[in-house]
Amino acid sequence: MNSNRSIAIGRQEHQQRKITLILQIFWTFLKIGPITFGGGYAMIPAIEREVVKKHKWMNHEDMTDILAVAQSVPGAIAINSATLIGYGLAGFWGAIAAMAGILVPTFVFMMMLSLFFVAFRDNAKVHAAFEAVRATIVALIAYAAIKIGKTALIDKTTTVIMLIAVLLLLTGLIHPFLIIIGGGVLGIVAVRIRKALGFSTLLNPPQSRKYKYDDYFIGDGI
Amino acid sequence: MPVIELFFTFFMVGFVSFGGGYAIIPMIEKEVVQKHGWLTMEQFAEAIAVAGVSPGPIAANSAIFVGYQVGGISGAISSLIGIVMPSLLIILLVVRIFYKFRHSRTVKSAFYGLRPVITALVVYAALRFAFNQGVISLDLSWQTFALIGIFLFSFLALWKWEWHPAFVIVFSGLVGAALFS
Repeated sequence: MNSNRSIAIGRQEHQQRKITLILQIFWTFLKIGPITFGGGYAMIPAIEREVVKKHKWMNHEDMTDILAVAQSVPGAIAINSATLIGYGLAGFWGAIAAMAGILVPTFVFMMMLSLFFVAFRDNAKVHAAFEAVRATIVALIAYAAIKIGKTALIDKTTTVIMLIAVLLLLTGLIHPFLIIIGGGVLGIVAVRIRKALGFSTLLNPPQSRKYKYDDYFIGDGI
Repeated sequence: MPVIELFFTFFMVGFVSFGGGYAIIPMIEKEVVQKHGWLTMEQFAEAIAVAGVSPGPIAANSAIFVGYQVGGISGAISSLIGIVMPSLLIILLVVRIFYKFRHSRTVKSAFYGLRPVITALVVYAALRFAFNQGVISLDLSWQTFALIGIFLFSFLALWKWEWHPAFVIVFSGLVGAALFS
């Protein structure tokens, strides 16, 4: 009887501790929030500071593992690593808490900007400003293409795959979704063929993680 | 119901959103502009521009703004949940396998082919935008030359002078406000 009660109390305590941890996870990632523009490698040092140094939830090696996986799961690296950390710490609700924590500030910022933009869209000055900004967006995307190309186009095969994919996209005949899936399948086939022909293939891409601004990240993460 | 359709549209986009944001632009465009006709190309370009100035991942930002323009606040929320849901599902369901197999040759080979395709999507997005926004145009007006000038300046600012991208966008907006109004 007595021991049963102490088990129940132990369970309750455990439950409470877990809820506290989940709230802590939410709060931690909420604080890190969108301090970065563009995507999020820059968020990594901030995440590491909180998770490894301050809370001691995991060590540096675990963090490195999580980053590697976060890169290969679709989606933004900051969101993925937060979710992975939350999941590792407290399971399902940990993952939800971490993801929500990272997303709430992103959502609030973006909504404020959207409301602002929609309110002033018809203003002549804002309209004129956006005309120029659209040309800048082209530059931004072109720059992203160069950055990502540096890690992607490592030999003739990858360059040819890239060119074929651009041509296919320009014809508009195949949905981009299928082209992406096709790229993965083609990669597996291409590496086999290269091996059969006696070429060695560099499977670990060169890492180009040097950022002048550690709060803006463009065209990397795969 | 655009709210539900928005969710499923961005859910599909989320599944293949590799490579940091800009690679998914062609897919969002295909779905939102061409297939559903929710936005014009110009509105879509504005959405991407606004997504670029706001902190946070480009993909999530674009989903929020496109969702908002199509279906208000509930559209914004359902689009955001849609685009992050695949990451969450994959992490919850298959991540254990992922830790094991990420060193496997097959997975690495898939990424060997995936990377150039992602590059292609970004190149294509740049080309589409260049044509649609009049940066590449047969209309040889002063406006076209002004846009080409802004493009070249922005590109050099990003690439050679390494200005902060958000700063380049704001600077360009100020130049535009002075030049085009």
